[in-house]
Amino acid sequence: MVTGYGPVERALRLWLPVGFFLIVALFPFYWMAVTSLKPNAELYNRHMMPLLVLHPTLKHYVDLLTQTSFLLWTWNTMVVAVVSTGISLVLGVMLAYPLARMRFAGAGLIAMTVAAIYLVPQPLLFIPLADLINRLSLGNTLSAVILTYPTMLVPFCAWLLLGYFKTVPMELEEAARIDGASRLQTMRRIFLPLCTPGFISAGIFAFTLSQNEFLYALIFLTKSSVRTVPVGVIAELIRGDVFYWGQLMAGALLGSIPVAIIYSFFVEHYVAGLTSGSVKG
Amino acid sequence: MIRRGPRPVSLSGWLDRQSVFSWLMMAPPLLFLAALVGYPFCYGILLSLQDRPVAHPGTFVGLKNFAANFNDPIFWQVTANTFVYTTAATLLKMVGGLALALAMNQQFPLKNLVRALLLLPFIVPTVLSTVAWMWILDPAFSVLNWFLLALGVPKPGPSWLGNPVLAMGSIIVINTWRGLPFYGITLLAGLQTVPPELYEAATIDGASGWQRFRFVTLPLLQPIILIVTLFSVIFTFADFQLVYVLTHGGPQNATQLFATYAFDIAMGAGQLGRGASVALAMFPALVLLIAALTIYMRRK
Repeated sequence: MVTGYGPVERALRLWLPVGFFLIVALFPFYWMAVTSLKPNAELYNRHMMPLLVLHPTLKHYVDLLTQTSFLLWTWNTMVVAVVSTGISLVLGVMLAYPLARMRFAGAGLIAMTVAAIYLVPQPLLFIPLADLINRLSLGNTLSAVILTYPTMLVPFCAWLLLGYFKTVPMELEEAARIDGASRLQTMRRIFLPLCTPGFISAGIFAFTLSQNEFLYALIFLTKSSVRTVPVGVIAELIRGDVFYWGQLMAGALLGSIPVAIIYSFFVEHYVAGLTSGSVKG
Repeated sequence: MIRRGPRPVSLSGWLDRQSVFSWLMMAPPLLFLAALVGYPFCYGILLSLQDRPVAHPGTFVGLKNFAANFNDPIFWQVTANTFVYTTAATLLKMVGGLALALAMNQQFPLKNLVRALLLLPFIVPTVLSTVAWMWILDPAFSVLNWFLLALGVPKPGPSWLGNPVLAMGSIIVINTWRGLPFYGITLLAGLQTVPPELYEAATIDGASGWQRFRFVTLPLLQPIILIVTLFSVIFTFADFQLVYVLTHGGPQNATQLFATYAFDIAMGAGQLGRGASVALAMFPALVLLIAALTIYMRRK
């Protein structure tokens, strides 16, 4: 923005604060990685300098993958995240397209309702939902979370897509209508293919949100074979008062990697989605 | 007089009407939300009026659960905790996020990489990063206490999660750690929309750096700050995972929030009705926040 600072002032204004934020943001991840590579002798030795590993070992990773159901939890997490993201994108489009393009009575009310539902936090609903899932005999099935995650993801996708849809020019759709295409054809053939960036933003967000979800998974999934990574790590790597710190850190790190990889590919879309709601309004 | 019937309309013509098309298109998602958000919400209100042990039919007890909350000292402690937690974490995130955005609003190499790395705490599943924090704050092997010792603090380091005040401080800091990037990156996007001419004009008029920030940056950022803050207040107020994993509400309910307390009563003690009434205690504050934010976003 403003240039012409000397190197000292630049260090003070830029590198000092940015460096501070970076170290604070990243230290827990560094700590996860270092801990996961330490043999127990180093892990539980209070007299050693804790920031470095002297004899790195993959033992905790091997134990995690062979003695727990971690791989199965990872698979479950992926299935749940992909399916619920897919459902949410489809349902989100079905809400957002009419709200963005059509004039009809009640549109404003629906838009506000969707925004309000998006802001309803899960702790308000989890008790009645738990009872509902029980009555539907869906406890301990992945369907329980695949069905409930979209309750937060659909309004979210709809809201994000609504903002995106409004930025797409209408000329192509008008031309298609004049050529005699029905509204459904216009939407599917002409409009939706133009909106790939919006879908990526909404999809990536929905995907990270479903990877992050904990409360519903904790309540609905109590059998090891159906658990997701966050619940599995908390429920099975902490047994009573015994903490398997090496495995816990290995699990936390491995569990974070899929999200981090996908995020790294689509950072720009993610940031666009993050800021669109508040910046564009 | 010739009576005209309604214009004959083909099915496809009818389907192409804006209102028909819209409602047909929106019906599936709206029914879905009605079934899995609207219905549970109403059912939750009904539950809160019942004595409803898990796996037993409920009996209607009127406002007894709410009266029990009112006479429950822990409930009032939970209320106070939730407000302290929300206020402190929000203020820290707001100030820290603004500082982060201002620091990042300069040209420097690898800026995009730095931004991507700074957002990591916000991306990574909360439960997993909280486990790392738990280990950082471990009573016996805390790396923080090792640092304190290395810096020459003579006394043994504190038990971060065992002391009520430190435990509350810890969850506030960790919530801030996780949420601050959201503020920072969103406000950064806002800063980038401020026209440089405004700063130039202010500089020509003799404004100092602080005055430029106070009278140019802050007023222009105000709408974004408001939206981000309301948004984050809602989810901080109803936070569950961080506290559940780190402290389970302890020590002695010092970090118990509405969500974790409702969970303990409903899932731990099996009192669904009472649990629902604790969860619903969040509703008045949430309604105000949600209404404020929705109306504000609509107006923009």
